[in-house]
Amino acid sequence: MSEGKLDTTFRLGTRGDDVYAALIAAHDGLSDDESTRLNARLVLMLANQIGDAQIVIEAIDRARAIGPSGPQAEH
Amino acid sequence: MRYQHQRFPFVRPPDLDGRGVRVPVLIVGAGPVGLALAIDLALHGVKSVLVDDGDSVSVGSRAICWSKRTLEIFDRLGVADRMVEKGVTWKVGRLFHRDKEVYNFDLLPEPGHKHPAFINLQQYYVEEYLIDRARDFPELIDLRFKSKFVGLTRRADGVTAEIETPAGRYKLDTDWLVACDGVRSTVRALLDLDFVGRTFEERFLITDIEMKAGFPSERWFWFEPPFHVGQSALLHKQPDDIYRIDLQLSPEADPDIERRPESVRPRIAAMVGDRPFEIDWISVYTFQCRRLERFVHGRVVFAGDSAHIVSPFGARGGNGGIQDVDNLAWKLAAVLDGRAPERLIATYDEERIRGADENILNSARSTSFMTPKSSMERIFREEALAMAATEPFARRLVNSGRLSLPCSLDGLSLQSDDDGFEGGLAPGNPCVDAPIVDPLGNRAWLLDEILGDFLVLSFGHPVDVPDGVAQLTVVAGPADCADGHTRVQDVDGLTARRYGGIPGSAYLIRPDQHVAARFAKPTAGKIGAAMERALGKEAA
Repeated sequence: MSEGKLDTTFRLGTRGDDVYAALIAAHDGLSDDESTRLNARLVLMLANQIGDAQIVIEAIDRARAIGPSGPQAEH
Repeated sequence: MRYQHQRFPFVRPPDLDGRGVRVPVLIVGAGPVGLALAIDLALHGVKSVLVDDGDSVSVGSRAICWSKRTLEIFDRLGVADRMVEKGVTWKVGRLFHRDKEVYNFDLLPEPGHKHPAFINLQQYYVEEYLIDRARDFPELIDLRFKSKFVGLTRRADGVTAEIETPAGRYKLDTDWLVACDGVRSTVRALLDLDFVGRTFEERFLITDIEMKAGFPSERWFWFEPPFHVGQSALLHKQPDDIYRIDLQLSPEADPDIERRPESVRPRIAAMVGDRPFEIDWISVYTFQCRRLERFVHGRVVFAGDSAHIVSPFGARGGNGGIQDVDNLAWKLAAVLDGRAPERLIATYDEERIRGADENILNSARSTSFMTPKSSMERIFREEALAMAATEPFARRLVNSGRLSLPCSLDGLSLQSDDDGFEGGLAPGNPCVDAPIVDPLGNRAWLLDEILGDFLVLSFGHPVDVPDGVAQLTVVAGPADCADGHTRVQDVDGLTARRYGGIPGSAYLIRPDQHVAARFAKPTAGKIGAAMERALGKEAA
């Protein structure tokens, strides 16, 4: 992994499902507004943890380029 | 060509004429778990009576997906070759979201193992092969069809069971009763025991269809497919041109309506297009991830679905049951012949509850992923799926079932400390297979040599072992049986590498092919102490 580059390979080892389950559980019982705010806090916290602005900005651009999920996304 | 069910006749047991004898083990339920247990006990020389209220093998494919570890257990029992030959071996899975393939995976099984990662084989074939195998032990296995378990009286040293047959009722005394009678266990009901855990509202419609189609031997899973809007679907190929299709139903769906052929037919047609097909079997399954709080209740022990139940994704139901048997049979045998104290059976609880909890956790998470409950959960799932096509990390977060891997018993009471060993297999892990050359000069497999009782697996040269304990030595040079020691030859150094086996080191292997202990510098004393512990003689 070269420095300053977003790594999109899986980096959570055997704990991917634990992290996913913890994320879902954290939103349990929250309103949509509360959930959105929780996500915002998390993103800011994780961006700080990454500590490399170049990587964070690349991730922002990449996530933005993938969404929205497409015309069938209504539910 | 559909499976032809053979009917097994009722044979009048001596018990109906007052000539019954007390048996060491009574097994209730002749499904894969009960049959496997009878065979495993017979291999340890233990007699059992197996009663089942039916007179044939299972209707419908039911448990179809058998994992490598389960095949290794079935190999020990003597049925794996038939299973692998008949079954569909697969290793590729494809995951679709709406109308697009999102990604595929190849299990990439490591070379140098006898058995594949998974095969698909209908449960009725597995039961047929197990019944054939059980017939090899006429002195040890008494298989009684049309014999319904209806009641029991428990005592400190055993159970009296009541059996109902077409020719009347009889009582049967047994030292141990093992309930292998499935999710609607009569034994569990009579003991007034209930499951703890989670039941989901969603159901799955499960069908076997017969169809000529050139689909590859792969696992195909869809989230929100065009042919089954908003739900999930799974397609698995089985032998005999039978395909297994699982379709998720919404919580509002009425199972009695959904299971009608006229309801099922259009759902399947939407999926397979204009290919002609015939419906072979239909079932509706409620998602449950639950278990008994304890599997051992005095002299009554629960195994398989009578003890725990999981959602049908990840191959954890049938495989979990066979792994229960693997754990229980040698322990019952050791207690029955007085080599181990009765508390060894309590470690079945400890060890298999760990396995059941692992299966329940994984299966509950897969089920949650398939059935998002809140709008945020749905958003997370949609975005994980949306990213999966281009972002490799997201593929690992998408959960359509985590495929069953063997459970490690590391750190539990029968296993000893690691005595300075590095690499290889920590105590509690099941042995890993590898190719070898046996003393006759034939290519063979390591696991085929690890059978029967406790065994010391040594590397480089034989080590001192306690009297009466078998030893197998893996050497780099030619295999031989000179001087009373069996030496097998490593092939490409694979056994030494997989076990971290440096010359002079040794493993103590349990009868269920799990590592009890290992030693960088083994002595007969250390091996003997680890064996006492593995037999439950020493408190942890």
